[in-house]
Amino acid sequence: MSDAAGLASVLATLGPEDGTLPWPRYRLDRESWRGLIARLATVDWSLVALWGEEKTVQLALRDEVAGTQALARLDCPEGSYPSLAAVRPGAIRLERAIRDLHGLDAEGAADTRPWLDHGRWGAISRLIAAAPYPFLPVEGEGVHQIPVGPVHAGIIEPGHFRFHANGETVVRLEERLGYVHKGTERLMQGKTALEAARLAGRLSGDATVAYAIAFARAVEAALGVEPPPRAVYLRALMAELERIANHFGDFGAICNDAAFGFIQAHATVAREGVLRAAETCFGHRLMMDRVVPGGVAVDLAEAAGPRVALLMTELADSLAYLMRIYDNKPSLQDRTVSTGVALSELVHRFAAGGFVGRASGRAVDARKSPGYPPYDDLDFDIPTRSEGDVHARLMIRIEELKQSFRLVEQLLERMPQGEIRRELPSAVGGGGSGEGIAEVESFRGDVFVYVKLDGEGRVIRCHPRDPSWFQWPLLEACVENNIVADFPLCNKSFNCSYSGHDL
Amino acid sequence: MWRLIAKTLVKGPFTIAAPPPSGDGLAELASRVDSAARARLGRSLVIREVDAGSCNGCELEIHALNNPVYDLERFGIRFAASPRHADVLMVTGPVTKNMAEALKRTYDATPNPKWVVAIGDCAFDGGLFQGGYAVVGGVKEVVPVDLHIRGCPPTPTQMLTGLLALLETVERPQP
Repeated sequence: MSDAAGLASVLATLGPEDGTLPWPRYRLDRESWRGLIARLATVDWSLVALWGEEKTVQLALRDEVAGTQALARLDCPEGSYPSLAAVRPGAIRLERAIRDLHGLDAEGAADTRPWLDHGRWGAISRLIAAAPYPFLPVEGEGVHQIPVGPVHAGIIEPGHFRFHANGETVVRLEERLGYVHKGTERLMQGKTALEAARLAGRLSGDATVAYAIAFARAVEAALGVEPPPRAVYLRALMAELERIANHFGDFGAICNDAAFGFIQAHATVAREGVLRAAETCFGHRLMMDRVVPGGVAVDLAEAAGPRVALLMTELADSLAYLMRIYDNKPSLQDRTVSTGVALSELVHRFAAGGFVGRASGRAVDARKSPGYPPYDDLDFDIPTRSEGDVHARLMIRIEELKQSFRLVEQLLERMPQGEIRRELPSAVGGGGSGEGIAEVESFRGDVFVYVKLDGEGRVIRCHPRDPSWFQWPLLEACVENNIVADFPLCNKSFNCSYSGHDL
Repeated sequence: MWRLIAKTLVKGPFTIAAPPPSGDGLAELASRVDSAARARLGRSLVIREVDAGSCNGCELEIHALNNPVYDLERFGIRFAASPRHADVLMVTGPVTKNMAEALKRTYDATPNPKWVVAIGDCAFDGGLFQGGYAVVGGVKEVVPVDLHIRGCPPTPTQMLTGLLALLETVERPQP
């Protein structure tokens, strides 16, 4: 469908180019914004991010065919903008969040209920008081509600799930999130890039390295700083260790939710091994605050390399052992195969990334496309499957683990020597080009960060977008017609972030 | 499965060699936690974990307490699904305003005697999120806290140390 005119050239016909970002950006007026929405109904462009600022909305799009990205910006002094929800359903919750946080209304919005705002923030809240939240209705004989959360029955982040069930069968699941909203975007404002990087690393604690890299790359793009080659390799090493630790953790947890604790016991030992290696190498088990704008904060000790390489061999053995057990347990696969199918059509419509997307045939990985160093120098594959069930999401993780073992080996072999950090310029050079964007693959999917810095390197505006925004809605869809007891399995196989989403 | 059972019988349970006592002190710590827990609670301490707005970093490390390396259950300390089964509330996060009521209600639902352990820098005073419009800033602002375990996030060893301190210093209130 993508005509010769790509994303950027179409946007160019709609509005003039605006600013000098790493991605081209076009300033649209309301008429051309509407034109863009009409265009989106027919083209294969994914919604990457949509966020608000003072009387402005910005939209990031990606041309799936050409693999290019562009931004569109619309000033809305009257406080509203035409809604994208009809053509990109992934925008629904983003539009609700924009209204909660910036007071900008989406005209023709599909859902006008608040999202992050529960009426408890005081002066900044748009709501007068915490009113009852209207859940979507379900009609029919014998349908009953099961409210779950925000405090869940495990060691897990808080959120509310409202099940409508007919007997054991889920008729509808509705999520209500926002419980973990900490106002991180606002807290970043006025902080230096280095201070804000610590907050970026705590948007979602399990993806702290990925977020720190995304934030650092966005700041570096804004300031025109290139991190040293060794730092780039060290970042990738940390990111892959983070991916390995999380995938092992998820593997165990999914099996545990199918009442098979044996694999979890082994998987958590593997995970613990990775965290201990991370502490030895970088001084922190989760590697928080190790990636900073300009490079990395700690170097890898000479002796640590061989230890990590050995760990990869051990983990590969452990994984092979666990996979033999998984493959030989029909009772376990009975729970995972054909459970919680995320339809390929929906995955594409929502542009869901990570294992959720790849298990349903959407082969998108930010490490390959748009790609960023050092991954363009490394040899690895992006595994995909088409079933879209719990089993497929698990198998994607297993395949990704194998790829990550390969990547760590290559990173250690090719790790260049040299410095690990460059100083950030204290003031931005002329041209006002203090805006940057970065897209980085976390273990969960693509993390997007937009940052705008003032002349002193302080954050004016930062918008991080978690992959979960486009995965949570698919969880609602995939649970339908499954039994209530399979929800934990579906949920764990998605493993969406609450903190990253609620930001 | 038979092979596995046979192997387990011959080789014993799957464990990782404990670190030397002088290392991170885990074994030493473990025996102290064990005896303190036994003396005070007769091998029964049940924890209900509540995330009141953490970034999930603390949760990951709390999960690690359950892995076979730290194996919290060997001390008779375990996590429960309901606050009504719990002696201890383990709370993380800077307590978001959206979670404050849920935290208070969970506290109220926990039977006496009960203790609250605040895990991590955020739960101490809001940490990096202190002063934000959407956070209360520290668990003690919402429910009384018996013990703070600092760290971002605290390591499983630090949490074990903290639980030991709780067991050793807090007298069980008379019912």
